[in-house]
Amino acid sequence: MEKMTKVSTINGRTMFCHLDAPANAISVCRDATQVVVAGRNIFKIYGLEEDGFVERLNLRVGRKPSLNFSCADVMWHQMEENLLATAATNGAVVTWNLARPCRNKQEQLFTEHKRTVNKVCFHPTEVHMLLSGSQDGFMKCFDLRKKESVSTFSGQSESVRDVQFSMKDYFTFAASFENGNVQLWDIRRPDRYERMFTAHTGPVFCCDWHPEDRGWLATGGRDKMVKVWDMSTNRVKEIYCVQTIASVARVKWRPERRYHLATCSMMVDHNIYVWDVRRPFIPFATFEEHKDVTTGIVWRHQHDPYYLLSGSKDSTLYQHMFKDASRPVDRANPEGLCFGLFGDLAFAAKESLMTAPSSVGEVGRKTYPGGDRRYPIFFFKKPDVTEQFAQVSSALSVFESEAGSAVGMDWFIKTAQSYLLSGKPFGELCEHNAQVAKRLNRPQESTTWTMLRIMFSEPANPSMSANHNLNKSGNLPLVNSFGMKEMSAALNERNKENRQDNIHNLDSNHNNNDDNEETEGSEGQAEYLFGDAELDDDDLYSMEHENPAAEETEYLLPQEAFPIRHEIMDHPSAPEPLQEKPESPHVSGSEAESMCLTPMESFSLISVSQLLFSPHLPPKFFCPIVKEMLCYYAEQGDVQTAVSVLIVLGERIRKEIDELTQEHWYMSYIDLLQRFELWNVSNEVIKLSTCGAITCLNQASTTLHINCSNCKRPMSNKGWICDRCHQCASVCAVCHHVVKGLFVWCQGCSHGGHLEHVKDWLKQSDHCPAGCGHLCEYT
Amino acid sequence: MKEEGDVDIPQTLPSGPSAFIPVEEILEEGPAQEMMSEALLSDGRVDHVTMAMGLHSSYLACFLRTQHALLQLDGPLPLSWRYFIIILASARHQCSYLVQHHTAAFLFAGGDETWLRGLHCAPPKIQRLQTLNKLLAHRPWIITQEHIQELVCPGAEARWSLAELIQAVVLMSHTHSLVSFVSGCGILPEPAQSGDQVQPCSPTESCCSVRDEAKNQQEWSEAVNEVQLLMEKMRMVQHLGEEFTQEEMVTRFERARTESLLEPADVQHSVLPDCVSRFVVDADFTYQDFSPRGEQAPPTMRAQDYSWEDHGFSLMNRLYGEMAQLLDEKFQVVCALTYHTMAMHSDVDTSTLRKAIWNYIHCIYGIRYDDYNYGDVNQLLERSLKVYVKTVACHPEKTTPKMYFSFWRQFRHSEKVHVNLLVMEARLQAALLYALRAITRYMT
Repeated sequence: MEKMTKVSTINGRTMFCHLDAPANAISVCRDATQVVVAGRNIFKIYGLEEDGFVERLNLRVGRKPSLNFSCADVMWHQMEENLLATAATNGAVVTWNLARPCRNKQEQLFTEHKRTVNKVCFHPTEVHMLLSGSQDGFMKCFDLRKKESVSTFSGQSESVRDVQFSMKDYFTFAASFENGNVQLWDIRRPDRYERMFTAHTGPVFCCDWHPEDRGWLATGGRDKMVKVWDMSTNRVKEIYCVQTIASVARVKWRPERRYHLATCSMMVDHNIYVWDVRRPFIPFATFEEHKDVTTGIVWRHQHDPYYLLSGSKDSTLYQHMFKDASRPVDRANPEGLCFGLFGDLAFAAKESLMTAPSSVGEVGRKTYPGGDRRYPIFFFKKPDVTEQFAQVSSALSVFESEAGSAVGMDWFIKTAQSYLLSGKPFGELCEHNAQVAKRLNRPQESTTWTMLRIMFSEPANPSMSANHNLNKSGNLPLVNSFGMKEMSAALNERNKENRQDNIHNLDSNHNNNDDNEETEGSEGQAEYLFGDAELDDDDLYSMEHENPAAEETEYLLPQEAFPIRHEIMDHPSAPEPLQEKPESPHVSGSEAESMCLTPMESFSLISVSQLLFSPHLPPKFFCPIVKEMLCYYAEQGDVQTAVSVLIVLGERIRKEIDELTQEHWYMSYIDLLQRFELWNVSNEVIKLSTCGAITCLNQASTTLHINCSNCKRPMSNKGWICDRCHQCASVCAVCHHVVKGLFVWCQGCSHGGHLEHVKDWLKQSDHCPAGCGHLCEYT
Repeated sequence: MKEEGDVDIPQTLPSGPSAFIPVEEILEEGPAQEMMSEALLSDGRVDHVTMAMGLHSSYLACFLRTQHALLQLDGPLPLSWRYFIIILASARHQCSYLVQHHTAAFLFAGGDETWLRGLHCAPPKIQRLQTLNKLLAHRPWIITQEHIQELVCPGAEARWSLAELIQAVVLMSHTHSLVSFVSGCGILPEPAQSGDQVQPCSPTESCCSVRDEAKNQQEWSEAVNEVQLLMEKMRMVQHLGEEFTQEEMVTRFERARTESLLEPADVQHSVLPDCVSRFVVDADFTYQDFSPRGEQAPPTMRAQDYSWEDHGFSLMNRLYGEMAQLLDEKFQVVCALTYHTMAMHSDVDTSTLRKAIWNYIHCIYGIRYDDYNYGDVNQLLERSLKVYVKTVACHPEKTTPKMYFSFWRQFRHSEKVHVNLLVMEARLQAALLYALRAITRYMT
């Protein structure tokens, strides 16, 4: 036997010993000096010494112990210190007399139960009365002076999991059942239970009467709950409920503490918890020593709340000292703070803390009595033990944000709606978005867009005017806007060099002339306008911040800067519907179909042009810094900016950021958009995204199941002909031919037909083409 | 027993859902009708399994609910994966019926057609299930926490999360037990299924002869006597609490378990059709008598130490809550299912008989109840029934019509289907218990 000591105290310590086998149950004798451990392969008595367990007796004797020794439960008599009872897994109830002179202490054997006996219980005051509860659904009461049971109680239902004599009512016992019921019986009336109620969903594994309070019964079940019932009233009432994290295998009230009880669980969770039932959300104390599920817990002495004994499947027997318990409350955050979606703020804290400030408000200058009061909390050291841990009720305040206040997300919605992500040349998009950001009073984002435009726009397309810095027509600040004055000279020189490169590029690429001209015009006037750009200090600051990088890389700018139409080149492959067989039974949404056609054609054209000059593109010198910036925005929670920039920059930046991060940003942004019900924007984002995982988002649930219009059965095979009645179901109301492609129908009268036909028809007429008289509308 | 002998089995290739049960018998039952029309509405068809189970409508409801939740509702695994796992599991028992049935569903759920070329074409993650599938199907008691660990925390890429794993485990064991039902009831291929369908058995050869024999008057009265005898025994078992030494109990458990029931003739190796074999690796691995007496054999599992009600449910509830509830309900329904009838008698308490079948299956899977007297199994289950039950549970692919017709000759078909339900659920629970125990050990 091994011993371990943690902290020594006057009369005991946290200690444990190894058993030879997993324990199923433990019980302690009345004077708290010995404990019996029972299991499938163990049945021993240990003495509780001050510094360890000492094995006193092995009750499992014989070369081949019979199944009668395989114990599911054990109980030590609380009046007669030599008397023990065990419940065997084979259905036997055995009593043991330690006073017997021979090695075999077995006294009586009752084999009346047909199935495993789950529980035995001695009467708390009557010496000879023993009660058992079994898997076969019966409870039996034995008089130990007789050879047979004196009465049998039939639960009329499934297995009995626990039986407990009431501490106060001589004749009453409670039984809990596998089907969730708890029954109360009078020991004198075996014919019928006194009352019955459903306590849990699923089996009730255990119950325990309150040692002091007559009417209280605690029950624990597979549904992970511990409930305390008040039985003193006419109708059984649930007064407390504790939610644990695993099925509750045992529950034991703590002595001398009215509201405390200890629990252990059946599976997965190995800890023992002591709860204050008035505070059901956090355990008062936990004992975390066991390495496998705890199977038996018992308070060492019926009037001492500080010692808990436990046995476990990990083959150890522990004595836990209460002062060594861990207190989850110490680690728990006593205050909670949380923002709601619309900027509301909820704040929970101890009530006394919450009321104090308001009283300050009322009375004026009332101060806290002392610093202590401001510490929230649990008066562990306080001598009044009955109040320990109990007083913590918290108040929850919710501060609602005013509509449209700065805390709100209006800017987000407006930004999402006004940002342009595609459809225009890159420069214009940036410019537009910069304006949007500025309008919404977000200068940093605005500057970001401007910077992006500068960095990635084709700069000095060989405009002469760029060098002269004088341009009449344009109005957009470009490259030179961050050039600042001291840079302008150098810039001019560089632009000369660049020009030649640009000309080369231009020659090789006629496709982009339009765009080049466009930017050409807008290019040179920048410095001229710089003074008017109305950038505030912040802008300047942020620009300066990026200057070094910009300067270094500048003279290579032109090469990468041909106006790539911002449309994404290699759009992911066609959406799924295309792959379906033409005879697909689904009627695909028109959106899906149109999508799978158009992008294919237009993109392929563009990607050709892309191929033409991508080899000429130089390394992207801005990319690292842009990447850093995007990450910064995403980190800040402004995933909107990150994603918008990502989309607008498209090919320019995409390869720099790894797919997963991109996908993550997209998902977050789309999620946000959908929360704000910005469906259109979110769909646009999905469409424009280049991640495969994202683009397929709007391909989900596009299937529409239809029933045949003749026989009302589901159309399983083809969309237009019914398998069962062999009728063509979807006939165009205008031309009376079968519709095999897009079928549009009125939701009011459910007539419809070819999209084009119906559209044309309804241009001329208000009425349904089928002649049903319904006033259809085509929108 | 109605004049069963007069009902003619179609002599040609049988039509209807089952090769064993006359179609009239299945269709005449009423209360399941509603359930079936529900199934029809949701799936567009009523498959043969559903029709045969329709003989026990209260069970059917539970079964359909569970299967629906398992295959259709939210879960950690993608739909197509679920079907593919089912295909693998049914292939393990060479059940081409289920393989074909779910191949269609797999494709419909958007599964990748190339996977169907064989297990080697599936993603490595699925391939790693192979061992567990094999063990669950044939010798679940070998499953240890190492098997779980291998899947759940490898350094490699294709790792399973516990939630996914548990769904896969339920899928596989559900399918294995369903195969038992399919074979046990001689379910015939769906009319739509065509192609290289192998007959689960050749129904024409023996069933008629067996039936003809049953018509023989003398045998008939013998059969009637058998029923009476069985009922007598049940009464005896119920009321006589015999006393046994522990040795006696253990011996009985051992005897019940190891009894050699398979006639050598049954052990012929048929060549697997290609559509099935391509999903099977190590096809020679089959059920073997659980032998704890051997040196490295695993110890018997004690029902009291790891039971579904206490432990299995709690763990499953944690990892896959809805399924735990559904399975629990299903087990309860199947254990409570009775009509208080036995062949031509009514108002019979059949609980001992049902218990014997249930415990017998757990026994051949190495699960022992301390509080059960395995002598009862030998008392109540006649040899032909044991042969049938053990074959259906352990080697479903070897079930023959002869076996089906030779036990309980006087009983109704619906009662035989009832036996199949017990076999199926007991088998499912046994496999789940072993898998869950391994997971529990892995977690602690």
